[in-house]
Amino acid sequence: MRKSTLFFLSLGILAALAAAAWTHAAYQREQGHAALQERADLVKQLDLTDLCLFTEARYTRHPTQADWHAPFQDHPMSLEHFPSGSILAPRKGIGDR
Amino acid sequence: MGNWFERQRNIIDFTLSSLFRRKGKNLSLLLVYTLLVFLLASVMFFTHALRKEASLVLQGAPEMVVQRMAAGRHELVPGRYLKAISGIRGVSAVRGRLWGYYYDAFMSANYTLLVPGSDAPAPGYISIGSGIARSRLAAPGDLISFRSYDGEPMVLMVQEVLSSGSELVSSDLILISEQDFLKLFGMSPGMFTDIVLTVRNSKEVATVAGKVLTLLPDTRPIMKSEILRTYDTIFDWRSGIIVVILSSAVLAFIIFAWDKASGLSAEERKEIGILKAIGWETSDVLLMKFWEGAAVSLTSFLAGVLLAYVHVFFTSVMLFEPVLKGWSTLYPSFRLVPFISPYQVATLFFLTVVPYTVATIVPSWRAATIDPDSVMRS
Repeated sequence: MRKSTLFFLSLGILAALAAAAWTHAAYQREQGHAALQERADLVKQLDLTDLCLFTEARYTRHPTQADWHAPFQDHPMSLEHFPSGSILAPRKGIGDR
Repeated sequence: MGNWFERQRNIIDFTLSSLFRRKGKNLSLLLVYTLLVFLLASVMFFTHALRKEASLVLQGAPEMVVQRMAAGRHELVPGRYLKAISGIRGVSAVRGRLWGYYYDAFMSANYTLLVPGSDAPAPGYISIGSGIARSRLAAPGDLISFRSYDGEPMVLMVQEVLSSGSELVSSDLILISEQDFLKLFGMSPGMFTDIVLTVRNSKEVATVAGKVLTLLPDTRPIMKSEILRTYDTIFDWRSGIIVVILSSAVLAFIIFAWDKASGLSAEERKEIGILKAIGWETSDVLLMKFWEGAAVSLTSFLAGVLLAYVHVFFTSVMLFEPVLKGWSTLYPSFRLVPFISPYQVATLFFLTVVPYTVATIVPSWRAATIDPDSVMRS
C-alpha cells in the first residue's frame, strides 16, 4: 500500500473519530438535559448558591459567599495553602462593596 | 485534477519516506506534540463544560443573598433585618437561611449543613448528599453521630440519600431540621446565617441592593448576576495552576516551533539541495515541507483533541483529579455534560497547527532558494 494511502486512511480514521466524539457530545447533551434540570431544581428548591467542587475550605466550597479576607483566612499576608485556592479565581466584583 | 491529485500523492509518499528515515526523532516529536495538544484541550474542555454547567444550574440561585458583616467577617443576621428588608419597595419575598459547616473529625471532612425552606426533614432525621453516603458508607436508616457546640453527642438518622445525579451541587450537603440545626450549633431562634430575597422586577435588583445597603450599612448584598459571573471566570487563565499549565505548554510549544524555524539539520539541507539538483522546483520543495508540517501537526492535533475528549468526558479528568481534590476528603463524583465550544477548538487549531506548519516551511524556503551546489557543499 502506498504511504500516502496510509496517511489519508489514518487521517480519515482520526477525523471520523472526531466526528463521532462530536456526535457523542450532542447526544450526551440531549441525554444530560434531565440530569441538568434535576440539579437546577435542587438549586432552586434549596436556594443554593454554589457548586460543590472543593470542600476543603469555606471560601472554596462557597466562593460566591466568601469573606473579603477569605483567601488569607488568618491574616492578610498568610500564604495560600489549599490547592483549590490556587485554581479558583476570586469572586468577581470583590472589594466593590 | 487527476494529475494534480497524483502529484500531491507522490509528494506525500516522498515526504513520509523522508519522515520515516528519521523515525525516532519524528515519532518523539509526534508524541510531544500530541501531549501538548492533549493538555491544552483537556483544560479547555473541562473549564468550558464546567462553566456552562454552572451557568445553567445556577440559574435557579437566589436573586439576592444579603450577608451581615462584622469586623470584616460574616456574622449571623437578626430577624429584624428580615422585617426591614421586606419593607423595601420591589421586594416580593424574604427568607432567612440557616446553613453552616460541620467538620467531621472522624472522616476529616467538611460538610455543609442546611435547613431547607420547605420540606425539611423531621427533627431527629437528616438527608445526606451522595458524597457523604459514599465516604461514610451510610444508607437510609443508619445513624450518624454529631458533636454539638457544647460537646454533647447528637445522633441523627439518615432519612434519605440525595440522588447521585445532583452530586455536583449536593455531594457534601446535609439537610437538617431547624430545631436540630439550632441545637447542634447553639444558635438562638430568630437568628439566621443570611437572607435570601426575591425582587418583583428583575431589572430592579441592583436598585434594591443599593436600598438594602442604605438601610442596613453593615450588610453585603450578593446578586445572582455576581454569582453567575464568579463561575463564568472560574478557572480563569490567570488563576494559579491554570497559568502554570498554560505557560509551560506554550513555552514547550515555542521551543518546539523555534527548533523547527531556526534552521534545518545538515542532512535536511543536503536533501533539499539534491532534490533541487535533480530538477525539483522551489515550489515542490515547499509543498513537500508543507505536507511534512501538516502530517505531523494534523495527526497530533486530532489525536490530542480526541484523547482530551476521552479524558474529560469519559474518565472525569482523571489526571487532574489529585489537584482538584486538594486536601479535601470529600469530592463529588460527577460526569460533566460535554459542552464543547467550536470557537475554542478552532482557536486551539490555529494556535498549534498553523504556527507549526509555517515554522516548517520558512527555513525550507530559505534553503530551497539557495543554489543547490552551495547547499550540498556547505
